Amino acid sequence: MNTQNPAAKNSLLTPFNVTVGIIFLLGALITFLRFTKGLAGVTNLSDNNPWGVWISFDLMCGVALAAGGYTTSAACYVFGLKRYHSAVRPAILTAFLGYALVVFALHYDVGRPWRLPYPIFVQSGTTSVLFEVGLCVFLYLITLFVEWTPAALEWLGFRKYRNIIVKGTLALTIFGVVLSTMHQSSLGALYLIAPSKLHPLWYSSYIPLFFFISSIAAGLSMVIFEGTLSHHFLHHKMDRTYQSEHNEVVLGFSKGAAMVLACYFLLKLVGVALDNKWHYLLTGYGAWFLVELLGFVALPCFLYAITVREKNLKLAKYASILTVLGIVLNRFNVSWFAFNWQLPAADRYFPSWMEIAISIYIVTIGVLFFRFISTKMPIFYEHPEYREHAPHEGEEEEGPEFTEHKLHKHPQTFGH
Amino acid sequence: MLRRTFLGLLGAAGLGAALGKPAHAAGAQHFQGYPGSFGVLFDSTRCIGCRSCEAGCNKVNELPPPPEPFDDLSVLNTKRRTHAWTYTVVNRYDNIPGAAGPVYKKWQCNHCLEPACASSCFVRAFTKTPQGAVTWDGTVCVGCRYCMIACPFEIPTFEYSEPLTPRIMKCTLCYPQITSGKLKVPGCVGACPVEALVYGKRSDLIKIARERFHTFPGRYLNQIYGEHEMGGTNWLYISGVPFSALGMREDLGVTPAPELTSGALATVPIVAAAWPVLLTGIYAINKRKDKIARQEEAQAVARAVAQAQAEAGAKLKKAMTKAEAEQKAAIEREVKRALEEAVKGQSQEGE
Ligand code: SF4
Ligand code: SF4
Ligand code: SF4
Repeated sequence: MNTQNPAAKNSLLTPFNVTVGIIFLLGALITFLRFTKGLAGVTNLSDNNPWGVWISFDLMCGVALAAGGYTTSAACYVFGLKRYHSAVRPAILTAFLGYALVVFALHYDVGRPWRLPYPIFVQSGTTSVLFEVGLCVFLYLITLFVEWTPAALEWLGFRKYRNIIVKGTLALTIFGVVLSTMHQSSLGALYLIAPSKLHPLWYSSYIPLFFFISSIAAGLSMVIFEGTLSHHFLHHKMDRTYQSEHNEVVLGFSKGAAMVLACYFLLKLVGVALDNKWHYLLTGYGAWFLVELLGFVALPCFLYAITVREKNLKLAKYASILTVLGIVLNRFNVSWFAFNWQLPAADRYFPSWMEIAISIYIVTIGVLFFRFISTKMPIFYEHPEYREHAPHEGEEEEGPEFTEHKLHKHPQTFGH
Repeated sequence: MLRRTFLGLLGAAGLGAALGKPAHAAGAQHFQGYPGSFGVLFDSTRCIGCRSCEAGCNKVNELPPPPEPFDDLSVLNTKRRTHAWTYTVVNRYDNIPGAAGPVYKKWQCNHCLEPACASSCFVRAFTKTPQGAVTWDGTVCVGCRYCMIACPFEIPTFEYSEPLTPRIMKCTLCYPQITSGKLKVPGCVGACPVEALVYGKRSDLIKIARERFHTFPGRYLNQIYGEHEMGGTNWLYISGVPFSALGMREDLGVTPAPELTSGALATVPIVAAAWPVLLTGIYAINKRKDKIARQEEAQAVARAVAQAQAEAGAKLKKAMTKAEAEQKAAIEREVKRALEEAVKGQSQEGE
């Protein structure tokens, strides 16, 4: 990647490249500090607040927002909604990159990163929810990698291997759904062990269920949101099938998201009602809880419903942004804002700028990989030799998209 | 419609997962702790806040010297917690209603009967020894710090300044020193000048505590902190003021930490077993639906073709009849005209 040295050539001094250059420079610097001065050198973590924004954002949000992978592939391959076929590859790619970056980010956070395989290969603490999370994330990362390889193999022209993997699609998808169900819910279940530290409005024995259901909403919304983003920036890479199916995907997923969010909303209320926590709603935390529930669950649910009724695709975009923000807010609340709520303000956690910079750095790496892969490999279009859809009329020889993959000798400029 | 069933199923499965908990918990046996395990009894009515225990602990565990010497009592003006360089701290609590003066509390790992730290560690770095101590094994620890999230007493600490080899640091109940015979009682207990700390079998300590309640009526609240909290701990506390006034959580309940997560973990095999079956079933149904849909489509196409053919035939026939009729009409017209002309000609000739 030639972005590392933005000053090398004048033509490379685009705002995008300069920003990326600065982020990478800072990232490298802080990485150095992290591994020479320890966590104390770069983070605001403390004995009271052992988990900071690297867990709240990189792990909790990263995994939730990568849920598009299993929701989309399940919708398409298991539930037979074939018309979502073109949304699967971008979603799988996002999920794969998402999980890879989650694991990458953990290397900063844990004390001895080279021991990360220990729970699986050296000594397993099977009573730990974190063990379940680790095992599932590990297996799912492999699954996603395999699910993604057909795109790479098509790009490289390895037809035989590609066909073998494609035959296993259903099995892979089901395996992925099982693993996702487990670890999405387990991320919530991590907090079951700390009823004395997490605010009662967020602590609930239903928290695994909340995390799982909200991950579906997050996954659907991320597909919608990313779709609109990619439409903006990668339009020329998309084939007719993708583009013509795109609107259907948006409407279908909006309908799904509306229902999932409605279900989630009701369950959250049940959670409050079951343990009779209504009185907490009158406190400051209660107001904050209501902001999350009304503003970021009920409202997007409503917007999605209107989207479907009026076939208003613009609205779907806003609804998806709200939902995604809502999931981020929820994960932040559970792992950060409402955690250790009883500690005096002075003992509470706030991230250092370096922690935030590393998170931005990691997201940037993800965006660059996504761009690279989706411009080189058949992600938004079907490889002409492996097409499942009957080509639309007159499309056969048209457009650059079907020859694009042969042009990979391109100078790999990320900034235009 | 299809999506509705999809979500319905997911909801049902998830709900089942959540509801699995009570059923499981009901079956779980309460672990009463290893019989004959050791612990310490702390008596806040005896503690004078001299920090000798802190010094003793620091010495026997060869921890780094603190910034302020142990005889500097001004540190008691702020509330402190355990850190990587202090396994135990003494705090002073002023102006407690009903207390004559300040009350002190020594705090360290409570060596739970069923430790949250041990149950939460994904490499089993912690061991609850039959002797009572909860020990930590540095050769497997990954440094994830989930144990610190899990511990309800906020005990485990982390060497944040160590770049590559940070350890989890906490009181060991002087397990290594006692098992190796170097010490008879923990360093802190041995250092206490007023016997505010007693080391012994947990069952004996509970007896001692009750005897004190009996011998000094009115001096104590009739409660031993740690007898039941979070399923019980090997370190026990008695006091003349409510424990909450000493910064101790009284809302922890009696459920041991492992039970809090066992329900969720119990659903794992259910999900692993039921999900694939369910999903394959859904897939099969959809495939069949697809097949039927395709068949129906084929039939419909065939019907449509047949109908079109029939229609085309009918149209042709109609056109032909029409053409025939037109032809006939044209001939008739021609004949008629010929006749008319002939008649006309005859009449002209006749004039
Ligand atoms: S007090 Fe905390 S660190 Fe000590 S045994 Fe109990 S859970 Fe573990
Ligand atoms: S920090 Fe170490 S001891 Fe604590 S839970 Fe993680 S691996 Fe286990
Ligand atoms: S038992 Fe040992 S390690 Fe624990 S506080 Fe006392 S001296 Fe320190």
